[in-house]
Amino acid sequence: MKQEKILEVKDLKQHFDAGKKGVIKAVDGISFDIYRGETFGLVGESGCGKSTTGRTIIRLYNATNGEVIFNGKDVHSAKSKKDLKAFNRQMQMIFQDPYASLNPRMTVKDIIAEGMDIHGLAKNDQEKTARVHELLETVGLNKQHASRYPHEFSGGQRQRIGIARALAVDPEFIIADEPISALDVSIQAQVVNLLKELQQERGLTYLFIAHDLSMVKYISDRIAVMYAGRIVELAESDELYNNPLHSYTKSLLSAIPVPDPEFERNRERVLFDHSSYNPEGSELREVKAGHWVLCTEEEMKQYQV
Amino acid sequence: MDKATEKYSKEKFQRVHVREELSEELTRPQLSFWKDAWLRLSKNKGAIGGLIVILLIVALALVGPLMNDYKMDEANYDAAYLPPKVPGLGWLGLDGMQTYEVQGTTVDDAVQRGITGYEIEEQYVLNTEVVEEPNESNDNYYKVAMEVDIYAAKGLDDTYYWFGTDNMGRDLWTRIWKGTQISLLIGVLAALIDMVIGVLYGGISGYYGGRTDNIMQRIIEVLSGIPNLVIVILMIMLLDPGLTAIIIALSITGWIGMARIVRGQVMKLKGQEFVLAARTLGANDKRILMKHLIPNVLSVIIINTMFTIPSAIFFESFLSFIGLGLVPPDASLGTLIDTAFDDYRVYPYMLVFPAVIISLLMIGFNILADGMRDALDPKMRR
Amino acid sequence: MDPILDVKNLNVTFDTYGGKVQAVRGVNFSLKKGETLAIVGESGSGKSVTTKALMGLIKKPAGKIPEGEILFDGKDLAKLDNKQMQKIRGKDLSMIFQDPMTSLNPTMKIGKQIMEGLILHQKLSKQQAKERALELLNLVGIPYPEKRMNQYPHQFSGGMRQRVVIAIALACNPKVLIADEPTTALDVTIQAQIIELMKDIQKKMDTSIIFITHDLGVVANVADRVAVMYAGKIVEIGTVDDVFYNPKHPYTWGLLGSLPTVDSNEEKLMAIPGTPPDLIHPPKGDAFAARNEFALAIDFEEEPPMFKVSDTHSAATWLLHENAPDIEPPATVKKRMAGISVEGERQS
Repeated sequence: MKQEKILEVKDLKQHFDAGKKGVIKAVDGISFDIYRGETFGLVGESGCGKSTTGRTIIRLYNATNGEVIFNGKDVHSAKSKKDLKAFNRQMQMIFQDPYASLNPRMTVKDIIAEGMDIHGLAKNDQEKTARVHELLETVGLNKQHASRYPHEFSGGQRQRIGIARALAVDPEFIIADEPISALDVSIQAQVVNLLKELQQERGLTYLFIAHDLSMVKYISDRIAVMYAGRIVELAESDELYNNPLHSYTKSLLSAIPVPDPEFERNRERVLFDHSSYNPEGSELREVKAGHWVLCTEEEMKQYQV
Repeated sequence: MDKATEKYSKEKFQRVHVREELSEELTRPQLSFWKDAWLRLSKNKGAIGGLIVILLIVALALVGPLMNDYKMDEANYDAAYLPPKVPGLGWLGLDGMQTYEVQGTTVDDAVQRGITGYEIEEQYVLNTEVVEEPNESNDNYYKVAMEVDIYAAKGLDDTYYWFGTDNMGRDLWTRIWKGTQISLLIGVLAALIDMVIGVLYGGISGYYGGRTDNIMQRIIEVLSGIPNLVIVILMIMLLDPGLTAIIIALSITGWIGMARIVRGQVMKLKGQEFVLAARTLGANDKRILMKHLIPNVLSVIIINTMFTIPSAIFFESFLSFIGLGLVPPDASLGTLIDTAFDDYRVYPYMLVFPAVIISLLMIGFNILADGMRDALDPKMRR
Repeated sequence: MDPILDVKNLNVTFDTYGGKVQAVRGVNFSLKKGETLAIVGESGSGKSVTTKALMGLIKKPAGKIPEGEILFDGKDLAKLDNKQMQKIRGKDLSMIFQDPMTSLNPTMKIGKQIMEGLILHQKLSKQQAKERALELLNLVGIPYPEKRMNQYPHQFSGGMRQRVVIAIALACNPKVLIADEPTTALDVTIQAQIIELMKDIQKKMDTSIIFITHDLGVVANVADRVAVMYAGKIVEIGTVDDVFYNPKHPYTWGLLGSLPTVDSNEEKLMAIPGTPPDLIHPPKGDAFAARNEFALAIDFEEEPPMFKVSDTHSAATWLLHENAPDIEPPATVKKRMAGISVEGERQS
């Protein structure tokens, strides 16, 4: 079954000018497709460019090079206000820091309704209030919370308000930028469960950005591993987990602490030599069906053995 | 034993169904940011004290001049240099008595010299007291304090000047409160102008960043490199001396501090995730500025403005004191102090009242602003 | 063997403008020589405050220790004043903080920062201190220590900085090392390195470690014993095997169940509903009752005492009372309890 592509990223580059130090290549030529209705995980350690990738896709940054094709249209060449507004409704984002992602001077109602105000989705205040209440219920909060201010909520509750805000404009595609990394363990599960439920109910597509591989493995259908601005490996999540090929993926997987003392006692870490990493001449090649690795022609043959 | 079993009876170990909504309830009362800040401020005794002092002074500045029939520029040379006299408050020292210090070879000689020197009839001298016996350092003169009922001496028995009069016989009560009015007006206007220019300049510079910011910041650097006093003196020489000149002079560089603070805040805020969230929702620049940035910078703006007011008042007084301020008969606290300074050894009351008022204003505003900073400081809340 | 540190009925409160926060409400535990005790809990559970109390870092006058004893070396640390505490802090008790960026002085060379404590507490000469500092940098695995001594913190990466912090903490051979989320700010691969380093050092120096974290994976790796904290109390304490393979408290079940296992792709995670209680007004009875799907009527009336499960293991839940109904832990947790095989498959 060939699935429909909702998003195609082609050779995306995002370089920042860092003055005398030269150019920082935060994202250095990455390509991937995301299919409608799936969850695509993007993992990597801090500074690997995963968040920049997400922000560039949603146009918070203008790409240095490359194309982002969403629903068949290149979003980075869209210029008319109408096109951009339509794009803003279809693609939404959930942010990392539950304390910084809500405006402290706005009530929960105003925060959630912001998208409706901008796009004129509610005819009157009554309709808007009703919709906000409905959204609050969807994310597991009470109607009474609408008139409160963000500082009165806990991290998990705030994150759910952030999700409600994104949902208010009925998007098809949501970029979740480390949505759980600032939350407590028990609260992480609440948010992940909520995201999964919403996906089933509304047929959402997620780009799930995180550094916690175990949670990404749980929520994602396919996972891409990023290192130094490039994707080093991309595969279905079980395949990636059980059969990692790139040495960086292996080291990353072997470093995840597992909540099982017996397993931890017998753990052996795979070390990755950062200084020997040289992507020159390498490109993302399909080693097996659906399993891509950043490698040279020769390395590919080795992987395939 | 029985008790223990009773206490832990089987019924108590029934399972209970937990309602999920219940655990999401917020137990603390609902508070908006400003209500919360006010609660915090009202618990700060110092700040409330400062606020009361300011309100009292403002009220007196408005009502004070209407409380008697004297006008602020009504000169009466017969009534010059009268000390404060308030009916019923004589025990506080506000009894219209003037003490002169006179010298002479004997006590009587000193008093006689005083009587001729100050042109008073002898019957009004109520009291004399030797302050210093003759000795080497004062050329063997007696130094005598001579208390005179100066109101009676000038034939003004039934007249009361609550804060006394100045060298031209103008009522100081009226002049001081009028002067306070002017000082407050200068402080508030200068602070408001600083605020408007500073917020706009800093906001634009911070929000647009890049080249715009670069150019705007260089301009600020050049401006702040020129000594303040030089600009002020130039401005006052250029414009006609008076209220407008002083306010313009104060504002011409005063906004720089505000602009810098606002720029820093805006730069910090515009990268925050809630601003990014608004942008992904399609919000335009105007919406982001009005709904997201300015409300969040507001507390800093208010705090900074609160600190600007007293420093503007003080700067105006300083200018008046060095002779660059208002031109008489207009009065501000600064010009009053300037006039009083000439004779403050003989007529200290002329200096005391405006000096106390300006000090109270400075302390009041600073304590209040400090309290507001604590109350509004976003770092203290989570 | 006698414990090196014994905490009895520790209470810590903070006065805030909203009211008095009862951050720690009667915590008991002891620490033996050479062991690692992990304290796990969510933010606001009182785990960090507990260790701050141990270090005498509760800020007065807002923070108070109204009750409780911290017995260390025959002294009750809770009663010492700041000056007496300063002699112990950094010498017998040392602490590693979460953020290596902020726990180093950015304007001071690394070497000097390490030597400072040595000169202050151990009265070493400058030359001796320098030699010892080099030794320590070697110990924590910093390459080219002679060169690194003369560098500033900003010239170090996050992981290297945390190594320096550890070197400083170890400088005076402390008897107890308190690590407050030492790896949370680091990437997983760096985290693994730092944990390995700490275990290695512990073996060499026989230090006792209190390791605060919210990451159960890290706990499983480092801990000999585990204390689970919730709303200012220890709700379950035992050896690492007790807590992971035979958990008794529903909150521990919730924590374990909220983590995905390798083959749990299709199942829902066992999230704990709601949010932790407000410790300005701690609820009556068991603080966890409102979020506990296995709550009993008595949970809302009376706080459960610590029930002994075995010599090493106890938990504060009424489910362990003889009158309580038999309640099985949820399925996902059961699978985890038998977990060895589940996780083992991955590597093969």
